[in-house]
Amino acid sequence: MVDRKLRVMVAKPGLDGHDRGARVLSRCFRDAGFEVIYTGCHQTPEQIATSAIQEDVDLVGLSCLSGAHRYLFPRVVEILKEQGADDITVICGGIIPDQDFKGLYDAGLKAIFTPGTTLDSILDWIRNNVKPR
Amino acid sequence: MEKVKKIREGDVRTATRVIRNLEDNIPEAKTTIKHIFPYTGKAHVIGVTGSPGAGKSTLIDSIIASYREKGKTVGVLLVDPTSPFTGGAILGDRIRLQRHTEDPGVFVRSLATRGALGGLSKAVGDAIHVLDVMGKDVVIVETVGTGQQEVEIINHAHTVIVVLIPGMGDEIQAIKAGIMEIADIFIINKADREGTGKLYRDIMMMLDMAGFSKNDWRPPILRVESIFVPETFKEKVKEVSETIQRHYDYLLERGLLGNRVRRKTLHELNEALRACILEPILNRLVADGELERMADRCLKKETDPYSCAEEVAARCLKDPAA
Repeated sequence: MVDRKLRVMVAKPGLDGHDRGARVLSRCFRDAGFEVIYTGCHQTPEQIATSAIQEDVDLVGLSCLSGAHRYLFPRVVEILKEQGADDITVICGGIIPDQDFKGLYDAGLKAIFTPGTTLDSILDWIRNNVKPR
Repeated sequence: MEKVKKIREGDVRTATRVIRNLEDNIPEAKTTIKHIFPYTGKAHVIGVTGSPGAGKSTLIDSIIASYREKGKTVGVLLVDPTSPFTGGAILGDRIRLQRHTEDPGVFVRSLATRGALGGLSKAVGDAIHVLDVMGKDVVIVETVGTGQQEVEIINHAHTVIVVLIPGMGDEIQAIKAGIMEIADIFIINKADREGTGKLYRDIMMMLDMAGFSKNDWRPPILRVESIFVPETFKEKVKEVSETIQRHYDYLLERGLLGNRVRRKTLHELNEALRACILEPILNRLVADGELERMADRCLKKETDPYSCAEEVAARCLKDPAA
């Protein structure tokens, strides 16, 4: 029987070792029935994009708490586009000031989740916006 | 077929998508496998198995590096378990292989077991074919963290590596059936820990009793330690890669590789027959509720499972003995 599963990658770009949030989210996605590829800390945008392509994920969730999101997040989207993989949805979370939202959305990030977001609201967003390709 | 061409050219997006379609049971994926099948059989398939946390992924990372030094291309399939409750999975082996991510000579793909027993996923056999046809010289398959019984990897790998760590049990564990029988190479990992000597002796004794003759391949036992001392660790890994190569050469020289390939083919035939004959019947029995009705009749002792199966066979198969 055909069983299309949602494949999701959770990744932490840049020099930020605070991965509690990323791990909690990975677990939450697992419990939601997704297949989650977790790639750990200290990834370059290039590594994240390459892994996402090799793993054929539908969604990449980026987490960064260090303040470098304005460069790192858009760069992942950019590389995916260069590789012809812009059908992969990219969302992000972390400590992201309001004034950075517009720049990130303009760069192609599809959703931004900041501290205080509930796990359910992230899952709802994914279920409404991302379908297994 | 366009897809076959792209896979043969090593196109990652096509290959990973075909693997996904295999996992998800999309019928079209089978057609692709039919078309690439003639081109399979070139890669050396290495299976790595052992208990959770034994260090399989970390070892694989180093083995990849040693193949890359020799200019060989590598495909890797990493299997992690699916939750029996939610169907979800965390595929985390890739973390250990990050340094190879940007190397175009290495392709890594994670798979969830999706309920398959045996330590692999159902799609692994065909996924190996895909990586093989992509032109990878070596295909490495990491099983889930295994216990005693998950031996499915022998149906797919030419060389099976069993990774053990000291302190996991007494000598009786070493003479039990199952995983201890399938190794072509034993690795005692984290061998700077207490209990290594004893584990080594236990495996030696188990092998002594197996009655290998002089020209047989007697699985060597390698000790890998000092992961924090790069030079020593590298030496150890070199020994592992050389041993893997020695085993492959042995299979080739003795004409034994054919046996392994045949075992895989027989296994695949088995699976295909099951999928082609049994599954459609089962699906229909489930869909129209007949399976449940048969269960009801069995529970009331009006009939029994064997008679039910014979009834279905008599109705659905023209002549099972044909």
